[in-house]
Amino acid sequence: MKPSVRIAALLTVLVTAACAPQTSANSSSAEDDKSGTLRVWLFQEVGNDPKQKVVDSVVADFEKAHDGTDVQVEYIPVDTRAQRVKAALNDPKSAPDVMEYGNTDTAGYVKDGGLLDVTEEFGSWAETKNTDPTARGSVTVDGRIYGAPLYVGVRALYYRTDVFGELGLTVPKTMAELASTARKVRAAKPGLYGLVVGGAYTYGALPFVWAHGGELATGKGGSYASAVDSAAARKGITAYTSLFGDDNCPAAKCAGMGGNDTITAFAAGKAAMAIGGDFSHTAVEAGEVKGKYAVVPLPGVTAGSVAPAFAGGNNIGVLKSTSHRTLAVRLMEALASKRTQARLFDAMGFLPTFTDVREAAATRKPYVKPFVDTLAAGTRFVPASPAWSQIDSQLVLPTMFQEIVSGRKDVAAASGEAARKMDAAFGSVG
Amino acid sequence: MVAHDTVTVEKRPALSTAQAPRRRPRGAWTPWLYLAPALAVLAALLGYPIYQLGLISLFRYTQAQVSGGEPTVFRGFGNYADVFADDRFWQVLLATVVFAAACVLSTLAVGCALAVLLTRVRAVPRLALMLAALGAWATPAVTGSTVWLFLFDPDFGPVNRVLGLGDHSWTYGRYSAFFLVLLEVVWCSFPFVMVTVYAGIRAVPSEVLEAAALDGASQWRIWRSVLAPMLRPILVVVTIQSVIWDFKVFTQIYVMTNGGGIAGQNLVLNVYAYQEAFASSQYGLGAAIGVVMLLILLTVTLGYLRLLRRQGEDI
Repeated sequence: MKPSVRIAALLTVLVTAACAPQTSANSSSAEDDKSGTLRVWLFQEVGNDPKQKVVDSVVADFEKAHDGTDVQVEYIPVDTRAQRVKAALNDPKSAPDVMEYGNTDTAGYVKDGGLLDVTEEFGSWAETKNTDPTARGSVTVDGRIYGAPLYVGVRALYYRTDVFGELGLTVPKTMAELASTARKVRAAKPGLYGLVVGGAYTYGALPFVWAHGGELATGKGGSYASAVDSAAARKGITAYTSLFGDDNCPAAKCAGMGGNDTITAFAAGKAAMAIGGDFSHTAVEAGEVKGKYAVVPLPGVTAGSVAPAFAGGNNIGVLKSTSHRTLAVRLMEALASKRTQARLFDAMGFLPTFTDVREAAATRKPYVKPFVDTLAAGTRFVPASPAWSQIDSQLVLPTMFQEIVSGRKDVAAASGEAARKMDAAFGSVG
Repeated sequence: MVAHDTVTVEKRPALSTAQAPRRRPRGAWTPWLYLAPALAVLAALLGYPIYQLGLISLFRYTQAQVSGGEPTVFRGFGNYADVFADDRFWQVLLATVVFAAACVLSTLAVGCALAVLLTRVRAVPRLALMLAALGAWATPAVTGSTVWLFLFDPDFGPVNRVLGLGDHSWTYGRYSAFFLVLLEVVWCSFPFVMVTVYAGIRAVPSEVLEAAALDGASQWRIWRSVLAPMLRPILVVVTIQSVIWDFKVFTQIYVMTNGGGIAGQNLVLNVYAYQEAFASSQYGLGAAIGVVMLLILLTVTLGYLRLLRRQGEDI
């Protein structure tokens, strides 16, 4: 008893003496300078030059239109962006005024106190009447808007036209046909995966859950509750995990794969089908299968329907600590405008978040048509909760899929465990 | 000058012996005065971070608190309760202890065996072995892990081709994945043991070894009865080093099993702490896991040293 009392006393002394760990004051700035230097952080893409050219001309126009402003753009590497943004939030003095961020991070950055509420400006900005609803959802937390969508990324079904032609197969119209077609390919060509799937490929698996009527979580705003163990979600999980096996994609090899691994396998000609994004186009074109494949929207449960895809992508936001509120918001609008998005699409292939701009883009470059169709059929987004980053980094969903495909747990047990962990995460941030 | 110096040196002992009893109180502080610079450095570099770690582990301290989005909340031992209440923590802890023990034993066995071999071979093979070991030592852990993974790749790896295993996946099974990581850990940490023990063997007087050889002792007997006891202090140091390294292994597991293996089957404490806490900026929870690891390592090390002291070793 005595030692623990002594330790407790010691700890109390230490804690009261030193108070709490360090915290930086990150309240919004009261200043609103109408001139001066604006700092912008954008992601450094692979082959960044075309993006830089578009941004440079947007910035030049902006500086011409606003006398006495100097815009400094910095490209930050995608790999280390989390650290950079954390550092910026910890030290508002070194933070940029405007930054690009992944749309799954929105809720987290809002909770961290980093992003500025731009609901009024977004509402009065004429172009946003064409913003697609999922993109709007990806900048919305608790009904308030914290940025402007810059581009979306979405996944669809890549398939090998030569293999399908040789085996006399038709493009699957439902999820059930998708599975049976995949098994037919594997049976005829044991060296190929029918449909290459990955146990760690969350965003490839989620369309199966959504297509069967399942949800990741239900609720709005601060209070989410996990729904991955609902009957509908379990049906989707079963559909996805049944694709792992010697008759399509052996668990020993596919259980550990992530999204990139499946695209690599498809591009190398080791799979007849894969679920890949518009952003995978370049990688597949550079592979052995160039000219021997086509893309269609991932089929849903009923014939003619499209499985809802995850709408990934990036947004542009203004940081709370900016001392140039008006200018920074205007710069955000310039960087995420219809004109800029159309030019970024031509330069980088980033899919615009405005429906009309996207339609126009699809007529210019037909390869994005299946992705635009997928977007038009309706997309989904992860729960807009800061808990999502925790659920993501704790690998809750990959662990669930891997437990099932490796035979450790059945669907009910694994999804129940995943739901418990998700609820714990939602609870801890609430 | 020289003469003057000699005089003072001669004078001092006489002075101190005469006045020693009366000066005791002040003299007791003298060692601390000399130790002060070292202690200050230690306190700043070692004590303060550990203090901060312990402090943070008592708070709800996430990115939102660091950047001032939310107030910092004192949780007492709440973070520790969360850690201990998680079944997975105990599974991971057990896996970490067993895995680290296997790594330490294998590393010491390989390192010592090759150190003895080094003393038995000619200059050219010795140089070759040394260079190979130093190469392994100098390879960054990420590179080493990636290369090992490639060697055992089911589709392109040479190991499967040589052994005729077809497309067997080494990372799918829990034990085969741990085994693969163990190979990499041993490969990149045996050189330290080998070089250190080799230096120790060189320092053993050759007459002793000669005498043992004349008595007809086998190589194994010489190691067990002559070399190992004489090298004991060195072996203690490399053992403790290895225990600490292998307990804290991160890169190899993270790279080779893709962040903890299928359904987290290959998680060790460090990777677990990263995934559960640091990757999602839950610094309070991560700090609690860190403190637990620190205490475990301290217990192991102190327990080991105490055991040796009881056996009459002066360490």
